[in-house]
Amino acid sequence: MLKVTFPRMGHSYIAFKMLMEEMGNEVVVPPRPSKRTLDLGVQHAPEFACLPFKILLGTYLETIEMGANTLVTSGGHGPCRAGLYAQVHHRIIQDLGHKVNMVCFEAPLRHPIDFLKKVNFLNSARLSYRAVYQAIKKGWHKLKALDNVERLTHKIRPRELVAGATSKVYRQVQLWLDQAKTYQEIDEAYHESVKALNNIPQDPDRMILKVGIIGEIYVLLEPASNQEIEEVLGNLGVEVERSIFLTGWTRDNLNKNSKDLVTCHEAAKSWIPVAIGGHGQDSVGHTVLYAQQGFDGVVQLAPFTCIPEIVSKTVLTRVSRKYNIPVLTFFLDEQTGKAGMATRLEAFVDLLRRKKLARLDTHPAVTS
Amino acid sequence: MSVATVGIPRALAYYIYFPRWRSFLNELGVNVVTSGLSNRQMLDEGVKEALAEACVPIKLYFGHVLSLKDKADYIFVPRLYCLNSKTLYCPKFLGLPDMIKHSLNHLPPIIDTMFNNRYKGFLARRTELAKSFFQLGSKFTNDKLKILKAFYRSLKTEQRYLELLQSGLLPNQAIAVLGGAKNVNIAYPEDSLKFAVLGYPYHLYDDFINVGVLTKLRRLGVQVVTTENLPPGILARQKHPYPKDMFWTFSDRAFRAALHFFREGRVDGIIYVTAFGCGPDAMVYRLIEMESKKYPHIPFMILMIDEHSGEAGISTRLEAFTDMVRRRKKGV
Repeated sequence: MLKVTFPRMGHSYIAFKMLMEEMGNEVVVPPRPSKRTLDLGVQHAPEFACLPFKILLGTYLETIEMGANTLVTSGGHGPCRAGLYAQVHHRIIQDLGHKVNMVCFEAPLRHPIDFLKKVNFLNSARLSYRAVYQAIKKGWHKLKALDNVERLTHKIRPRELVAGATSKVYRQVQLWLDQAKTYQEIDEAYHESVKALNNIPQDPDRMILKVGIIGEIYVLLEPASNQEIEEVLGNLGVEVERSIFLTGWTRDNLNKNSKDLVTCHEAAKSWIPVAIGGHGQDSVGHTVLYAQQGFDGVVQLAPFTCIPEIVSKTVLTRVSRKYNIPVLTFFLDEQTGKAGMATRLEAFVDLLRRKKLARLDTHPAVTS
Repeated sequence: MSVATVGIPRALAYYIYFPRWRSFLNELGVNVVTSGLSNRQMLDEGVKEALAEACVPIKLYFGHVLSLKDKADYIFVPRLYCLNSKTLYCPKFLGLPDMIKHSLNHLPPIIDTMFNNRYKGFLARRTELAKSFFQLGSKFTNDKLKILKAFYRSLKTEQRYLELLQSGLLPNQAIAVLGGAKNVNIAYPEDSLKFAVLGYPYHLYDDFINVGVLTKLRRLGVQVVTTENLPPGILARQKHPYPKDMFWTFSDRAFRAALHFFREGRVDGIIYVTAFGCGPDAMVYRLIEMESKKYPHIPFMILMIDEHSGEAGISTRLEAFTDMVRRRKKGV
């Protein structure tokens, strides 16, 4: 019997869990990355592998302890290192004496046969392809609901009257969505979630800053890896807009001409004209777009030694000057502490607020 | 019309592709200057300008570009994307012209020709590269025939360069030979040790950045072979158990070379030189390290360099490693 696990990346595990269970596998839900996860990862990973590599390795080792024997993950074709994660992880885990299956999904349109083979391997319930397709579609539906709910919390958190109310409700609604198994239940849970979040008492007159978050996908999506930056910023009265959601990213990766992607690359054209792997080009593009949309600032998150983000950070210094939009960069590694990050964020938000007030003073007609 | 001068930084891809670029540009009647050997001042200036998180070779590259500022009309910072239709270069190579253009001030115009033939067919992969060279050439002349001739000559030069490398010369010596120096092959005694020193060209052949690893080994009486000395066929034939090749050209070569040296078993030791914070190497050196456990009879060492690498530290490690290998060899 396959005991399947997968990397934990934000709330996406809720949708993956449902998909894997429907295909007849036992699922070991990856625990939220903790100090121990990271310690395990750091101990066995190469010294300057990036943070996601270490967290993932730690997660795999933890779930193997919990009984998992099949690791499902995604691949890539470079030049970002993430495309090689699976094989290096597998080799390290084998070297430690664990026997596990590694199922690494590549881009389905480029390697269709390989994709079907791997689907077959995971298909313990012997579902028909049609049923698998339906299951994937339902998982996608759930993922979209989860992403939309999260997007809503970004709007509500800075306006909440009682500190922490949004996060509390958000944890609750994730459970509802986790328990929903059919389309109807998912829709129902989603509507209830939106209602519950909108019912949180809010202060409509508060001055809200708008900050875009850009950077590398894993550290953006997994709150445990970025010290819950969205919550920290939200509590400081900042509405965040994250450049990457898993649904949006998947859509962009399957379809090169998706509208968001094209506009983003268009915006980055004069700075980084070609794809340099990872999210290097997107980071620059999003910064330009955010500046044009009148955001107050941008926070860049990147794992330490992340190559594409190093390139984009080098360029961003000048982008920030040209578009007059402050950019704060965090290179995250196993040494990053929550307090240090919070202090820097507070100072950054202070600066943004003062800047905004100065602007409002000179142009009283412009109110947010 | 005065002759244009193009500056080529003596760093990163220089060690592999410079002869071809030089011959191409020279054929077009363009003057080529290179930056000097790497030195402390270049590194310091590079460290000042480049992002702190970047690796040493990139910081040094910034320094090299700055030192060319007043010496050339153009600086050649190519965007090397893919040259063999399969493997790419490190993302820092892909974004190199952007990093240079958008963080250094008062530079002469940057020539950032892109070389890319990834996933192209048998013929297209050749024409794509020719196109890039035409693009580069048309900056200096409108004479298509002249460019074609230069392209052909540059191909010949590259072949000759690769032959020299495969005859056992190291890039710096081979470049010198192409420039007219005499080909001196140092004869080693029959029983001298032979090490394979692996790593990226820009880590290995820059004597400043690696604090003279190759020179030190030579002084210790050790014969050195590197990836560049291997015929390409040997590398291509190496099979590895992983579903995917390394994405990056230099990493792929280093990894395959390591497999070759381990399997062939004719070298007395293998040293892998890597730079702190090198992205691709984080994957490669660990894979090679794990591979090395299968071959306990070949000693293996990883040397890590960064902008603070000290003479004494590297010397001590090299001497200790050489002594150990020598004693082992005598004992057997």
